Order: sequence, then C-alpha cells, then structure tokens
Amino acid sequence: MLKGKKVAILGDRDGIPGPAIEECIKSAGADVVFSTTECFV
Amino acid sequence: MFVNSLPFSTFRGDDIMNYPVVKGAAYALIQANDMLVHHGTTQTSERRKNIDSEHLQNLPKHLRSFEAAVAYPPNQVYIGNIPPDELKNYENSVQGASRDGKYGEIMPEDEFIALLKIVDVFDLVILEEQFQFEVKGKIADHPVLQKLKNLDKLEKQPSSFEQVQKLVDDHLAQPLYFKAKLVGCVKKAHDFDQALSDHVMLENLVSKASAAFALQLLLMKTDLQAEDVEYIIECSEEACGDMNQRGGGNFAKAIGKMCGCVNATGSDTRSFCAGPAHALIEAAALAQSGIYRNIVVLAGGSATKLGMNSKDHVKKGLPALEDMLGAFAIHIDENDGLNLVIRTDGVGRHKIGSGSSPQAVMTAIVANPLDKMGYKITEIDRYSAELQNPEITEPAGAGDVPLSNYKMIAALGVKRGDFEKGELAKVVAGFGMPGFAPTQGTSLQGFHLLVMQGK
Amino acid sequence: MDLENQTRIKDLTEKYGNENFIVVIGGAEAEASGLTAETVSTGDPTFAGPLSGVSLGLKAYHVFELKEQVDPDVYEEQISMMEMVLEVDEIIKEVKTYRK
Repeated sequence: MLKGKKVAILGDRDGIPGPAIEECIKSAGADVVFSTTECFV
Repeated sequence: MFVNSLPFSTFRGDDIMNYPVVKGAAYALIQANDMLVHHGTTQTSERRKNIDSEHLQNLPKHLRSFEAAVAYPPNQVYIGNIPPDELKNYENSVQGASRDGKYGEIMPEDEFIALLKIVDVFDLVILEEQFQFEVKGKIADHPVLQKLKNLDKLEKQPSSFEQVQKLVDDHLAQPLYFKAKLVGCVKKAHDFDQALSDHVMLENLVSKASAAFALQLLLMKTDLQAEDVEYIIECSEEACGDMNQRGGGNFAKAIGKMCGCVNATGSDTRSFCAGPAHALIEAAALAQSGIYRNIVVLAGGSATKLGMNSKDHVKKGLPALEDMLGAFAIHIDENDGLNLVIRTDGVGRHKIGSGSSPQAVMTAIVANPLDKMGYKITEIDRYSAELQNPEITEPAGAGDVPLSNYKMIAALGVKRGDFEKGELAKVVAGFGMPGFAPTQGTSLQGFHLLVMQGK
Repeated sequence: MDLENQTRIKDLTEKYGNENFIVVIGGAEAEASGLTAETVSTGDPTFAGPLSGVSLGLKAYHVFELKEQVDPDVYEEQISMMEMVLEVDEIIKEVKTYRK
C-alpha cells in the first residue's frame, strides 16, 4: 500500500518523532515529502 | 548523568572524592494569570485571528486565585514542601499550604511586576504610580527580595495611568496587568530593531527577573554566599541582543549582578529544554577540574508558555493550570564529602549520529553510560526524567510524560534482557516518580528528589 | 495540530491530490492522534487553523498501523520499543475511525 505513495509525516516528541517514522516509510518504498515533529510541552 | 548517594564502600571505580557535588538548589514559582491572558502565545495567536473568540471569552473564568495556586499539591512539591513520592496522597488542595518552601517560594504577580522594574536597567518598565507605591512596600518587607540590588528603582519614574495607557495604545509598549487592571508596561528598546521589540523586552525581563528570584532564594536558603560564586551558567530558552547580534547573551552575569555575585563571571548555554542538562554537565566539569569553585546553574521562566495548553484545559472544564512561571538555581562545587556526588564518569551523549528514535535516544543517554559504569538498568534506585505535571499534559493529548519516560527506560531494559516484559509495570513503579513541574521548558525538576533524599 | 503544519498539509494536497498522498502520524495518545486524523480528513474540529471547515479527504495512518509494510529490522530499531510504552490498540482504533 505504501509503495510509491507521497507521505507527509507528523511526528510527536512524546510519541514517535518524525525522523524515526521517516526511516520506516522510506524502507516501505514511499516518498517522504514533508516531515516534522510536534511538541506540546 | 547519574548522581550518587551510595555509601563509600559500594562505590565502584575511581576515588569518589574526585567527583563534584550538588550543594544546594532553589526553586521559584510565580503565579502570572494576567501574563497568561495577555502574553501567553496561545492567547496572543488567538487574539490575532479572532479577538472575540470563545476561548478568550471563557479563559478568564478559569483563572485560579493565588491561594489556590499555592495550595495546589504539585506546586508545593516544586518548592520543596512535599516530596514527589507523596504526591499520590493528595487528591485536592494542601491544607494550610504556605507560599514559603523549604527549597523555594511561590510569588504573586504584583510582586513579580515590581521585580521586573527592579531588574530593568534600561528604564523600559513603567509602572502606574499607585501600584508602584503599594508594591514597593511589599518588596521592602519581603525577607528575600529586600536584599536585592537596585531596589531604589521602585522610587523612579512613577507614571500616571493615562501615560501607561498611551504607551500601550501607541504600540510602544507591552501592557502589564494585575487582576485585570492595567498597572504598567514594558517599552520597546529601539524604534525599529525587532530584536529589541517590546515583546522581546518583556520576555527577556521575565526570564531575568524570575532567575534572579531563584538565585536570591538559593543565597538566602543555603549557605552559599553571593561573593563566593565564581561562575554562573544561565540555561533558559531566551535570547538577548540586538539586530547585530540577536542572541549574544549574557543573561548569566546580568542575573548575578542583581544578587551581588561580584566575583562571578558566567555565560549562557542553550539547548531548548535540554539546556539545564548540558549546563549541569558543564558546571560539573568546571568544578571537577578545579577551574572554578561555587558554580550556579540557573534559568528563569517563560511568559510565552503560560497557558500554552489552556484551550484544552478550558474546554475540559479545568482551571488554566499553566499559570506559573518556573525558575531554578542549582549550586555545584568540588566534593565536600557530604553532598550528592555527580558521577561524571556516567554522562550519556545523544550524538548527532545516534538517531532520534526513542530507543536510540534512551540507549545513548541511559544505557550507554550505565554500561560504562558497570550498572544494569535495574541497579539504579531512582531515575528522574522530565517531570511535567500530567494534570497539565494529559488533557492536551501529550500523555503522562514522566511515566512515558520511565516506561521507555524500562522497555530498554526488556530489550536488553535485564528483566521480563511482564515485570515492566513493577519496575517502573520502583524507580519512577510522578510529574509535578509546570510546562515551562527548562524548569529542572529532577534534582528535587535527590536533594530531598540527600538532606 | 500545529497551525503551520495545517498550512503545509493543505499546500501539499493541492500539489499531490488526496489519492496518492497520505499522512502518517506518531501521536503519543489516542485522542490527540484522532484529532490529527480528523483534521486532515474532514477539517479542523477545533476551528483553530487553516483547515477549519476544509475537508482535504486525506487518509491518515498511525505508524503503528503500518508495521506489516515496513522493513522488520527498521521497525524493530525505530518503533518497536514504543509498543511497550504507548497504548497501541487504543491509538489504532481511534485513528481508523477517521478513514471511512
């Protein structure tokens, strides 16, 4: 499902941060077009 | 970084007397309801979009009284009157709570506004004359504040209400309110330099004043003498400078000057909320190497973070719990054979190449230094992580940050084979502690438990 | 969801459409994760940001839902530890509801 898709990543400092998700998405053959990590504290 | 209160005989490694110690700490809280409404960025952003928004209309009904803020159990923990482990015994307010703490104090907003004027060396803070006269008396009677330098600032430039209102209306100054009344303002420091705007001046003065309060508390509540401080490291999240050097600094020396630290030099260290951790390592290194004696790591509070998650709090019928500015000051020195030892042989390092997955981060800053010192994760009695108050963060969707951190440390232990997954909850209950600190960025909470246990 | 990020997602949807462009989130909790998923599909329910009343129709997934599609070694290294920390089932259940 992920292969070839364009992906925007909204990571969470207290959940999974952006760069960690990015590694996963790239390994599945998708194209990361935006990645960020949000913080609420 | 690990701090030791083990007896000599159980120590592994080099002579313990080489390591520096934590000699004392002070924690200040300032209730700032009006700053929350007028300067918290959640509110200023909302005001830009829709000045009549539902949130802005409802928020004033969710502001706590000073007495309620003082009696709020996490605030009593922060100033050292209740150990963190006992927080679970409190459902509601603490009966007979005092604003005075074993390791700090809770200050009301009017006294803090006066403090802004005291620490202001460029005549930017203008107070309405009646207000100025009244707070002058309160400051003169305050056992900690009466010892600050520059108290005579409160004699200077009292202004009329109309003059203050005009400065605000002409966009030359940020308003200062107390109990919803306009009582003063903070002027911009330059006609067009954005680094010297009225917003920036207010934020920086808030940081400076709250840090000076924490430092003064440290000097009054411990044996540290102002003239014995040799180095100050300031680690807030603010920047002071001008358009040619926007973040040049040096908050540290400016704060030290307010408290009479005539023999100290200093500098500012920045790394967002990790600033204090870096600053403590730097202080420990300076102390252990003998370069300086009596180093103070300190930071003031953030006006902009007040009420940061208040939309969620108001929506869920809670008080606006982020009404407190938080500041701290910690005294590090060479080993005295008495106080908590800083194990500088156990300092983690989240390297540029470490990766940012939670596992990589925890491995870098917890597992690696423990491996170096020869300890298993379960051989550490207590871990002190970021200790934000979950009553603040849970309604905002950020979860219980301390608990998550402890679970991550424990999960790392499971991955390393130190114990079974089924024991995770038990392990966490053993080495964790509940959160209680305001979401003020750098209020370094971890030392509370250690300082209390050490004493 | 951060307001600037709402703008970014809106702009990216204009560029890529909503068929081949998805959002992957790493939220710590079910409620916050659900809020993000809702915002990028039917609009910002808090009416705080640029996606207020804007229905982008994007599909949002929490990274926990994509376990089977990610290289197992990469998932093990980057995500697996957090399965012991966060409420995985609760989060997945919440986020799924916004992908009708």
